[in-house]
Amino acid sequence: MHFHLTEEQQAIQGAVRGTLADIWPIERIHAFADGDEDFDRASWDALMALGLGGMLTPGSGMGLLDAALVCEVAGEAAAAGPLIGQLLAVAAVAASGKGDAEALVSGTQVATLVHGGSDYAPSARAADLFLIVDREKGVRLVPAAEATIEPVKAADRTRPMSKVAIPDNAGETLFSAADPMTARLADAALVLVAADALGGAQKVTDMSVGYAREREQFGQPIGRFQALKHQLAHMALDVEPARALVWYAAYAWDAQLPDAPRAAAMAKAHLCDVYVRTTRAAVAAHGGIGYTWEYGLGYWFRRAMADRAWLGSPAEHRARAATLAGW
Amino acid sequence: MDLSYGAAAEAFRAEVRAFLSLHWPPPSDMRGADLKAFIRTFRALATGEGYLYRAIPKIYGGSEQPVDVIKAQVIREEFARARAPMEVGGNGMNMTVPTLIEKGTEEQKELFIQKTVEGDYIWGQGYSEPGSGSDLASVRTKGELSADGTKWIINGQKIWTSQGMQSTHMFMLVRTEPHAPKHDGITYLLIDLDQPGVTRRPIRQMTGEKGDHTFCEFFFDNAETPVSWQVGERGQGWTVSRTTLKHERASIGGADGLGKQFAKLVDLAKEVGRIDDPIVRDKLAQIEGSVLSHRYSSFRIFSCAAAGEDAGPVTLMMKLLLTEIGHEMALLAQELIGEHGFLEPAGAGGRGNRGRRGPEKWLDQIMGSLGNSIAGGASNIQRNIIGERGLGLPRDLAMGGER
Repeated sequence: MHFHLTEEQQAIQGAVRGTLADIWPIERIHAFADGDEDFDRASWDALMALGLGGMLTPGSGMGLLDAALVCEVAGEAAAAGPLIGQLLAVAAVAASGKGDAEALVSGTQVATLVHGGSDYAPSARAADLFLIVDREKGVRLVPAAEATIEPVKAADRTRPMSKVAIPDNAGETLFSAADPMTARLADAALVLVAADALGGAQKVTDMSVGYAREREQFGQPIGRFQALKHQLAHMALDVEPARALVWYAAYAWDAQLPDAPRAAAMAKAHLCDVYVRTTRAAVAAHGGIGYTWEYGLGYWFRRAMADRAWLGSPAEHRARAATLAGW
Repeated sequence: MDLSYGAAAEAFRAEVRAFLSLHWPPPSDMRGADLKAFIRTFRALATGEGYLYRAIPKIYGGSEQPVDVIKAQVIREEFARARAPMEVGGNGMNMTVPTLIEKGTEEQKELFIQKTVEGDYIWGQGYSEPGSGSDLASVRTKGELSADGTKWIINGQKIWTSQGMQSTHMFMLVRTEPHAPKHDGITYLLIDLDQPGVTRRPIRQMTGEKGDHTFCEFFFDNAETPVSWQVGERGQGWTVSRTTLKHERASIGGADGLGKQFAKLVDLAKEVGRIDDPIVRDKLAQIEGSVLSHRYSSFRIFSCAAAGEDAGPVTLMMKLLLTEIGHEMALLAQELIGEHGFLEPAGAGGRGNRGRRGPEKWLDQIMGSLGNSIAGGASNIQRNIIGERGLGLPRDLAMGGER
């Protein structure tokens, strides 16, 4: 029986966290958010230099749980770049034997995820490849040249989306709709977005707690007041137990347990709701400073809205979970 | 991660099963005193095998086993599967015995532990008073030494004592040093409840529940207890009362109970014909997100305990999480039962055989969920604990002197 993180897993998280703290501080986020790019080469290369690209290749000794732990830290740091798409593209290419796995693992080729039926993809202008994961139509890998990209002003400034149009027959089919890998990749995407949401929700909870310990009103730290203390306790109560929901969904996927698809749906639905609730509560807990652009809380708030909408809303995945349970 | 318990645990499980198949259940026609004696013998045999009373020294009737949360979990699972009785429950096993093992005198251990383990002594908790709930250290029930210095004379009132009508003894917090700061003026006493100075009365609850199995209030009018039944130093009762059983405490039993209750809620939605309603499906899945968070967090805490690691602040959150989920389930149940909510369920809140009951039986859960916000540390106190101990927020000024 082992259901907590190993020292090695904690070390991987520590390494990613340290790298992002150096290369993706709030000043860089501010500059990126007001710029025109949808991709940041320096932070991407730094992450890829850690060897993260190949986490989901068979034989890496790692699995979706490890990938989720990395995506959690990326969510915490509000990292730019299509990390989730890249990890899944490597998994898809490696499992299908088609495409150039090596260039994706190293990060020299950038892949982004297009959710089946969606018109949007993050970092689309920077992407060399589009990984389309569609439960109805299968999994395709499409070179950028075959896609039409229309930049939009994106709400989430840390992972700017573009509008993407891709013809049905573009690129190469990696898995048919009936191939079990199609559903597995779609499920894995849900778990990784849930992990991003977990990291972000933890981040804004930590920011709120830190602020409540320092900010003084009425001659004392505001965190001493029960009204705020209880709000912060509820934020933590929302986030910390939900961590195990993400772990379980990733573990179930790795172990190919029968409830893995449902666990992925539950994790996506629950964590994205938690993320939105927590970022809203964080703004309330901060007061005026939290409402300023400069403070930066808004980046996580916007990212929470994007995570919620990406790959289908919580209501959609709860409806799937209800059906999968045979209700 | 790996949710299997491992080969050693499975071998141990086979041993436990073999034991149970030999010694449980009793013959189906066995009743009354014979059945009682059978159960007593069964517990003694199970203790002999090291399955029960694992934290208790052999000289006091325990099996004195090294800490092994996995074995303890396997034992719980197999006994539950066979519907075999485990240790006698209640405050005696949960609170009196661990306190005595850690802080009791030799005389107290000899007098009380074995009798409690074997179910002869039933303990009531004498903590809360009408004026002392969350602010427990403000207790006013008074203890004064008799003129010859051999007895404590006790006057006052205690309330919310579970199993109060059955209790033979009580462990209680009593103010013995009226001029000391409030935490330093309390002494932890054991008392025999069978004496003229003690009066007890069941409390009728909002559930309608009344009778011998409910909470009680106790009145003490010059009740007496020997000074040798005082646990720990005089004035140190607050510290003594903080002793808790750490031995193999981690289990996933609570999560199993919650999971079963959630499954019943799904059954209710089916029974009343609402399971196809998208709103009901969404709400059920929403609640299940929290139910599963609780379940997998209990795996996490259990796994950390097995590895001897600290699971962190999540352990402080489990009670409040359980309570909050109970409220959510109550609200959905209320929606689902519709006009069955006009009815008082048969034997509301009571115990024993009540026959078949309709959807109105959820009234028990609906009201019970409110009780959970109060019992065992009220929800606002849980929020303080999470905020202060879990998140490191500064203590409330009014409670600056608290511990």
